[in-house]
Amino acid sequence: MKHIISALVENKPGVLANVAGMFAARAFNIDSLAVGRTEDPDLSRMTIVVVGDDRVLEQVRKQLAKLIPVVKVQDFAGQAVVARDLMLITIAAPPEKRAEMLALIETFKGKVVDIGQKSIMVELSGPEEKIESFIEMCRPYGIKNVARTGTIAMPRQEKSAGATEGAGAE
Amino acid sequence: MKTKSTGSAGSAEKSSLLRTGAEIVVQSLIDEGVDTMFGYPGGVVLPLFDRLYDAPIRFIIPRHEQGGCHMADGYARASGKVGVIAVTSGPGACNLVTGLATAMMDSIPIVAITGQVRTELIGNDAFQEADTTGITRPVTKYNCIVKDVRDLARTIKEAFYIASTGRPGPVVIDLPIDVQVAKCSVDGPIEMKLPGYRPKTKGHSRQVSMAAEAINKSERPVLYVGGGVIIANACDELRALAQKAHIPVTMTLLGLGSYDQTKPESLDMLGMHGSAYANYAVQECDLLIAVGARFDDRVTGKVKAFAPNAKIIHIDIDPASIAKNIRADIPVVGDAKYILAELVKEVEYRERKEWFAKIAQWKQKYPLAYDRKSTNIKPQYVVEQICELTGGDAIITTGVGQNQMWTTQFYKFRRPRQLISSGGLGTMGYGLPAAIGAQIAKPDATVVDIDGDHSFNMTMTELRTAVQYELPIKVCILNNGYMGMVRQWQQLFYNGRYSKSYLANPEYAKVAEALGAVGITVEKKADVDKAIKKMLAEKKPCVVDFKVEREENVWPMVAAGKSLNEMDGLDLLESMA
Repeated sequence: MKHIISALVENKPGVLANVAGMFAARAFNIDSLAVGRTEDPDLSRMTIVVVGDDRVLEQVRKQLAKLIPVVKVQDFAGQAVVARDLMLITIAAPPEKRAEMLALIETFKGKVVDIGQKSIMVELSGPEEKIESFIEMCRPYGIKNVARTGTIAMPRQEKSAGATEGAGAE
Repeated sequence: MKTKSTGSAGSAEKSSLLRTGAEIVVQSLIDEGVDTMFGYPGGVVLPLFDRLYDAPIRFIIPRHEQGGCHMADGYARASGKVGVIAVTSGPGACNLVTGLATAMMDSIPIVAITGQVRTELIGNDAFQEADTTGITRPVTKYNCIVKDVRDLARTIKEAFYIASTGRPGPVVIDLPIDVQVAKCSVDGPIEMKLPGYRPKTKGHSRQVSMAAEAINKSERPVLYVGGGVIIANACDELRALAQKAHIPVTMTLLGLGSYDQTKPESLDMLGMHGSAYANYAVQECDLLIAVGARFDDRVTGKVKAFAPNAKIIHIDIDPASIAKNIRADIPVVGDAKYILAELVKEVEYRERKEWFAKIAQWKQKYPLAYDRKSTNIKPQYVVEQICELTGGDAIITTGVGQNQMWTTQFYKFRRPRQLISSGGLGTMGYGLPAAIGAQIAKPDATVVDIDGDHSFNMTMTELRTAVQYELPIKVCILNNGYMGMVRQWQQLFYNGRYSKSYLANPEYAKVAEALGAVGITVEKKADVDKAIKKMLAEKKPCVVDFKVEREENVWPMVAAGKSLNEMDGLDLLESMA
């Protein structure tokens, strides 16, 4: 099972190595790890996709929170989230195939960002399933190169108008 | 930039004074209350050591940085303070790794300052350069490299705070030589910047109440106590709880001494080589109250079969330890001192007559025993006599393996910080340097290292350190000529093929004399008591080499893959009861 964990960490050298090292030492299985700065120059956000059951997830969360440079850990299990992955993919594109390929790209709402004599480069973002589907659709043409950022995610907003903030005993 | 004349400097003038990184380090250590430290100089720490030359800090130089780190560790365990060590870059820092890992596994507060090559040379394979922060990251609670002298004072303050609070642990500060020489002004109070570190102290009151309710309802409870109770200085609260509610107490290796083993509630140590009565009690209890312990594999035996009938309360300061190996029905995160104090208020006395009668039966049937009739020197006998002749009051350090296990079985500990032993990492060679550190922390105490011949051999060079600093430590070597525990496993599980489990030992008494200590050899059982008495009366460091029974085994034993109630050696113990 895949789980998404979001961690706010100090923006300092060595923090990425610290997190990666801890995951390796504890033999946690990471599917992807994306990290980047936030609006606060002292803080970065790490989005980690972990493979494992609930027990593993609980340990991942706790061991991560234990690291000194990790400020806050959010586990998105059971929550509605918006999750996105960004990919650049270079596909072999002989002239006779180009038209159908462009139609395919348009269907997926991808962008052609580079074109060459023998191949085209496409930029595509979206949930993991969309990215994976596009990769499968491209296979018959011949995939030259793939680079993905890995998943980043944020929880969805409260929808119902009558919901009061902070209601409830907890 | 003002230049100041030496002499009395008013506090108003002090604040505009420029200080070098090295001066900042020394002043910060003094501000943190450090009056003793360990270390070994080298090229890239010359500026720092120049400041230490006439600093008001007692400085102990070991013969090897590993020894120095174990000394800082023993010092920390005996005193409750942070152990401090300063070493050079490259090999100096690398030599700390085993000592740091030892402290990390047992949650011991250490601050290690390692020199580093000049900032512009870092990453260039410079002379005596090592990626210290990379190498020590997995064996420290926190580490960092200080590249700007203006960050130094704050970093040192943070290091001490991190090392000594929450679940303590070792911290490494890597300090490049140019930062030691660079200057900056240090004025005003120093504020720490640790947004990601907020150790929790008070337990959740609802969880505490649930725990108290479970205790009051239980017929067959057991308190399972680890090193965390000693770190929390919560032994008084523990005793109050055990006695008010009337609950038997079993301890881990690191928990020994948290409860007086001479009291009737004590079940002694549990686990792989724990007492049969402790293991049976755990397996048959209906409530297991774990405090400051982490359900280590040496304690649980087969996890699936551990405490099968018990509801489990787990009180610990580290939430990551809760539900890591074993389920926790009632987790309580926080400082044991606060939580136990709250629990004592809410628990009631219950006689639990049947439970205590059952425990008494187990104690009678399976005592910790050995063949007292033998004419050879039994290692267990030596430990018992050391206990007897020190009044059960000495600080004891150990090596690792059989010597360590027999010490836990036959020395009855009564106070916290009395037993100092490498539990989690099991580092052979820990005993002697740890004894040195403990003696420095407690100059009036009797400190005895009960060691194995192979364990002692690993760091015996530090005997000279004890001699140089006139520390009257005692070393008792249970010399069987083997790596005892390895040999026992080879005997039991590898058809007696003693593969590489022995070295040709030197005459340890002669080694001791050569290093300036007193050396005594004991080859007859009748000479054991005499030798121990002579050793205890010595003002110089003293090593006694007891030639003990060569192939003696530690019983009982929970073999790998077995559950706590499937102990081996019980028939042997029963026959000697």
